[in-house]
Amino acid sequence: MLRRLSVIEPATLLWLLLVGALVVLVAWPVAELLVASFTAPRTGAWTLSNYAAAYGRARYVEALFNSLYLGAASAAICAVLAVPMAWACSRTDMPGRGFAWFTVLAAFIIPPYLGAVGWILLAGPNSGWINQAWVWLTGAEESLVNVYTFWGMAIVIALHSYPFIFIFTKSALDLVNSEMEDAANILGAGTWTTTLKITLPLVWPTILAGIILVFLETIALFGTPAIIGIPARINVVTTQLWQFFEHPVRAEVAAAYSMPLLLITAGLIGLQKLMLNRKGYVSQTGKGGERRMIKLGPWRWVLLAWCGFVCLLSVAAPMVALVQASFSRAWGRGFSLDNLTIKNYRYLLFEHDGAALAVVNTFVFSAAAATLAIFIALAIAYVVKRKLLPMGGALAFLCMAPFVIPGIVMAIGFYAAYAGPPLTLYGTAAMMILAFTARFLPIAYANGSAGVQMIHPEMEEAVRILGGGRLTAVKSVVIPLLKKALLGGWLLVFILATRELSAAIFLVGPETRTISVLLYDLSEEGNLEVLSALGGILLVITLVFVGTGMKLIGRDFMLRRGGE
Amino acid sequence: MSKLVLRNLSRRFGSFTAVDAIDLTLQEGEFVSLLGPSGCGKTTTLRMIAGFIPPTGGTIESDGVALSSPDAVTPPERRGMSMIFQSYAIWPNMTVAENVGFGLKLRKLPSEEVHRRTGEILEIVQMGHLAGRYPAELSGGQQQRVALARAIVVKPSVLLLDEPLSNLDANLREEMRFEIRRLHDEFRITTVYVTHDQAEAMVTSDRIAVMNAGKIEQVDAPFALYNRPRTRFVAGFIGRTNFLEARVHGGQLDLGGFALPAGVLNGHTPAAGQSVLLSVRPQSIALAREPGGDALSVPARIVEGAYLGEHWDYLVAPEGAGETKLRVTTLPSQRHQPGEQVWLRFDPDQMVPIA
Repeated sequence: MLRRLSVIEPATLLWLLLVGALVVLVAWPVAELLVASFTAPRTGAWTLSNYAAAYGRARYVEALFNSLYLGAASAAICAVLAVPMAWACSRTDMPGRGFAWFTVLAAFIIPPYLGAVGWILLAGPNSGWINQAWVWLTGAEESLVNVYTFWGMAIVIALHSYPFIFIFTKSALDLVNSEMEDAANILGAGTWTTTLKITLPLVWPTILAGIILVFLETIALFGTPAIIGIPARINVVTTQLWQFFEHPVRAEVAAAYSMPLLLITAGLIGLQKLMLNRKGYVSQTGKGGERRMIKLGPWRWVLLAWCGFVCLLSVAAPMVALVQASFSRAWGRGFSLDNLTIKNYRYLLFEHDGAALAVVNTFVFSAAAATLAIFIALAIAYVVKRKLLPMGGALAFLCMAPFVIPGIVMAIGFYAAYAGPPLTLYGTAAMMILAFTARFLPIAYANGSAGVQMIHPEMEEAVRILGGGRLTAVKSVVIPLLKKALLGGWLLVFILATRELSAAIFLVGPETRTISVLLYDLSEEGNLEVLSALGGILLVITLVFVGTGMKLIGRDFMLRRGGE
Repeated sequence: MSKLVLRNLSRRFGSFTAVDAIDLTLQEGEFVSLLGPSGCGKTTTLRMIAGFIPPTGGTIESDGVALSSPDAVTPPERRGMSMIFQSYAIWPNMTVAENVGFGLKLRKLPSEEVHRRTGEILEIVQMGHLAGRYPAELSGGQQQRVALARAIVVKPSVLLLDEPLSNLDANLREEMRFEIRRLHDEFRITTVYVTHDQAEAMVTSDRIAVMNAGKIEQVDAPFALYNRPRTRFVAGFIGRTNFLEARVHGGQLDLGGFALPAGVLNGHTPAAGQSVLLSVRPQSIALAREPGGDALSVPARIVEGAYLGEHWDYLVAPEGAGETKLRVTTLPSQRHQPGEQVWLRFDPDQMVPIA
């Protein structure tokens, strides 16, 4: 009996620890979000008045519809950009497939709001490069393009979201057996008929799943709508939530206002899972037989040109504009030696009263959140996969729950739960780290779970039968074998955390500002050169860590896991 | 004292009974195989002995000390056993020498002893020259030898093997069978060996426990198991056999259309009116072109024949026996044509009554 107790006790302790972590990170903020939405701010009484306040004005309701339109528009543009690219890369002899892949990777790793800044430089009314060139070429009075419009915003968002659809579509196409196409060919169908009637229908559910993901990413996005939408006076849900947080803060109205976003996200993720799980589609055909590339003839140059066009819009043009502006005295004067300066960077790093701190904060918060998330997720994944504790499924569910909670909603939950007494974490580093940890817990869990799955349980049983305990097995076998996977997961969370804006903006205090928050503040000030320089700093940080990850773990480490 | 005792051992998974009240006793230094088709409960039994699965009924004792019961289970790491897994479970993050030395280090032995014993055992399994390699650089057979060395080097009280040869190709499998037996002859470690391959069990084992549907059907030395099967399942699972329903009828042993003298089954002759099932191995029946001239010789006709290199495999129909046909194997030189008249000659000592 004594022995039994000693065996059970550490397990119970671990269980309590993990449950405690998940309650703090997920369950409590979500519960507080719900409670706050039904609570009168001063009296604490139960009320529906928050919902009335949140949806009582046409302007607020209109913002919700704007978000839905924006999501649909950006998802549609993404599909147009990405599906031909994915098909060309997976099934055809188009030259430069590596280049197309690189374009997608680059578009994926660039923080979305940096693209927005780049596009302000390119397509701002009057002064934007494209408009200047247009006026100079044609002598026209009017600008050609204006980024400060609904479609401008939709396109800019799409130019950084299309990698999701590309990854979904390409991986599905990679699984389509060539024999499926051969079977149609032998019956007399040509290449185009086969592609349209056989290949694309086979991967259609996967494309649709990608479209849903882009839609959800778009309606939850804060950075680009804030940078472009607010000056353009286009109100969406996320920017409206932000306005509820301006003085006086009405967190309970924000909580009520965020409910549709939460429900739509949860519902569509459920729908997406259903579609991807349908049997009999691509996922079931698997690899087998030889894969035959479709010979495109002259069409291959058309497709390559399309990929080049997407690369120009999503990566080359905005990044060149951003980097040029960051090294300019006045960005509108273009490329010339007397316009070249490093004063923007010098100003930020040595003279600005918050930038250096923001860089340090970004590193510290991101590293702490990545470490916490990976550690908690691995522990839970291990416990669940090895069935060590009862109720493992519930732990896994809580761990994955933030996946269906938009970051901005999560932030409001954190605000409701921890900003005020008794903990009064508002404006502290702990608040930022906990929120980042919760936000990226699902990614860390998917990573850890896949890793543990790979390790045959007999590997650990071999340790135990030779006299090592469970902990020895974890230390000497599991951790060494997972080193690479854990490092990859850590880097991924770290990179995503360095750019996190939608949760940070709601929880930040004077001493805890991050690069992303500072970038948003600078965009309000309108000094585009300094703004670009800060963007340049973030870009360098991103590239260094992505480069490290690619070198250590493999070329696709971000795309593979990011696409999950 | 017996080394390992399983007493009334059971394991249920939900409503499914994987192991059903089995009893088994191993003496010190004995090599016993658990042999049976997949799903018979042999691996579950082995994992209960290792301590990975707690029993739902019965006990396991080693040297008189209780290890497992439904109330308390000594964890695997405190049993002093070692195990060879179906997947080998060689740790890919350690070299061959580190894999083999791991158990010794856990026993906190001084490093020069770890080094010496690792080196010795690697020589014994002919892997000394690969001590610095990583597992990914080894073939399947070499990984198997590392697994053997790693399990033996700690001098376990009991060695457990879970279908260790099932991932090897046929030639290597045959070689490793003898290797495993050789190592057992050298170290005399009490061993439990799980397999579904009867040849493997017969080459390696002192005794074989044949399992079926969660129960042990028979435990015996290989020779006795083949020649004196006690149940229909054992007779059919170990080698091939003919089943004949025998009934005493007017002083004759009626075998369903043909008959032998009633007295041939010394001591096993059933009472009048009762029947007994006989197992008759194909090679225990002789084929002749001429009648044998006594009552044990029965006329028959060749139905079909197949040449298998090491022997002929004939299907014959005894005269007057209706649908009853018998499998008979003969030397490669003994050729018959289908339809040919032959005489079968039975050997009463090799006609085994079974339950």
